[in-house]
Amino acid sequence: MRDFYGVTLDTPLMLGTAQYPSPAVLAEAFRCSRASVATVSLRREQGGGQDFWSLIKELGVHVLPNTAGCHTVREAVTTAHMAREVFGTKWIKLEVIGEEDTLQPDVFGLVEAARVLSEDGFEVFPYTTEDLVVAGKLLDAGCKVLMPWGAPIGSGLGLNNLFGLRAMRAHFPDVPLVIDAGLGLPSQAAQAMELGYDAILLNTAVAKAGDPAMMAEGFARALEAGRLAFDADPMEPRDMAAPSTPVIGKAFLE
Amino acid sequence: MSAQVTIVGAGVAGLCAARALAWRGAEVVVWDREAAPGPHHCSWWAGGMLAPYCEAESAEPEVVAWGQSAADWWERAGAEVTRNGSLVVSLTRDRADLARFAKRTEGYRTVGAAGIAELEPDLEGRVSQGLFFEAEAHLTPRAAMAGLRAALQADGVRFRVGEVEPASLPGTVVDTRGFSARDVLDDLRGVKGEMLVLSCPEVSLSRPVRLLHPRMPFYIVPRGGGIFMLGATQIEAVGDRITARSMMELLNAAYALNPAFGEAEVVEIGVDSRPAFPDNLPRVVRDGAVIRANGLFRHGFLLGPWLGERVADMVMEARDARRA
Repeated sequence: MRDFYGVTLDTPLMLGTAQYPSPAVLAEAFRCSRASVATVSLRREQGGGQDFWSLIKELGVHVLPNTAGCHTVREAVTTAHMAREVFGTKWIKLEVIGEEDTLQPDVFGLVEAARVLSEDGFEVFPYTTEDLVVAGKLLDAGCKVLMPWGAPIGSGLGLNNLFGLRAMRAHFPDVPLVIDAGLGLPSQAAQAMELGYDAILLNTAVAKAGDPAMMAEGFARALEAGRLAFDADPMEPRDMAAPSTPVIGKAFLE
Repeated sequence: MSAQVTIVGAGVAGLCAARALAWRGAEVVVWDREAAPGPHHCSWWAGGMLAPYCEAESAEPEVVAWGQSAADWWERAGAEVTRNGSLVVSLTRDRADLARFAKRTEGYRTVGAAGIAELEPDLEGRVSQGLFFEAEAHLTPRAAMAGLRAALQADGVRFRVGEVEPASLPGTVVDTRGFSARDVLDDLRGVKGEMLVLSCPEVSLSRPVRLLHPRMPFYIVPRGGGIFMLGATQIEAVGDRITARSMMELLNAAYALNPAFGEAEVVEIGVDSRPAFPDNLPRVVRDGAVIRANGLFRHGFLLGPWLGERVADMVMEARDARRA
């Protein structure tokens, strides 16, 4: 597996910690998911309670704080600094939201914030679109990981632009790529892995499932299946049938 | 000889425990920091919904089971319980959330625009799809607490004012101090809740209305006389001030239900930390000579009766065991 700023993850799953029915359910979902990274928000639902932080630390996984809910470069940079203090990590999942209905990133603000934070020693995981030009500028700004969306946050629509995501993988073969946001089902996660993505980041699909732990288990297995499929070098699809036994020269014709 | 019990903490947990114990003939003394129910009690800020079916959307099945008899219990305890059901609605864009809510709950019938207008004329034309939970009820927490306290006093329960350490008291002691018991309950945490009280005589509602909201379980509870309680955020933190975002979102949700709420007056802003265990379920446990009853989370009035009765069970079992 590719490394994320020098860290090799045991599994390709990054799991969010918001919106679970209770901390007990959250912990159980993490166990079942085998996630190796927990994303946490300093704002909104997670407010900053010490009890909640200790619970996250007890999960025993890497912590990736995010700047969820930030709409400007300045907000995002301030939140990143607070996160670094609270969690003692240089990692930051950078979100600069540009539009309220789709929660899609403001890519201009994103590139700017990525530059500011990278220069300040942060290791930035930018939540971006599949736009190749923006991706290139994020790398120029100092990012060594890219996190394109599958679909709008919390929508569960899956991989909305297969062409764009495939192009991104082909265009940046050596950059760790993470599908962040929009997945609702394990099959969609498997598809991301089959495309050669290095990890996926989820939250709502697990937290809002009727049985979060069971859904987490489903994602864990799908990720493994997708990874195996990619590593196994799948066959190329073709237009005509390709019989597995020869047709001409059959010994018995009816 | 009747059982003698000292309860520390006169919020909804302590009052319910006192009620259950007094019903069973125990001699009860209740300690609290203050001389009356007030803002130092988490339950002072509660919504007062007795809605076990709706809670199934995000709570463990125990909440539904334990909350079944809450409305009857409160009536028996003398509280004014309004049995008008509760209504869950969503805006058109959040249709998927209503489908999800319906899938996770039972005890409702689906209502369309006409059904909603019939139940709540002031929501006509604002929302066109909802779930009506007919068997649910609500009460007014502050009135219920004051009434229960007065009834207990009339029944001979004595109330004392002061801060006492439960473990330092003699005899059978029940600790119902809520979040203040954090020093002895390691996995108790605070979940910040923010609420508003509005005065809006233009609008009238007959029952609690929940508007499905992407970031908080939003509800509006009519208190009568044009007064409405809007709640409530659930933030994993302890704090005593509302954020601008929470206030905006609460008001925005009310405004979406009926724009007349834009003209309402803000009567009160409430913030407190709900005491909760990791599974968000209450617990009644013995800790040496003290019974710790805590963790009512967002279910103070729904599960307070259950908690009070479990405390009484535990006290009576111990007394019977001593006699045997």
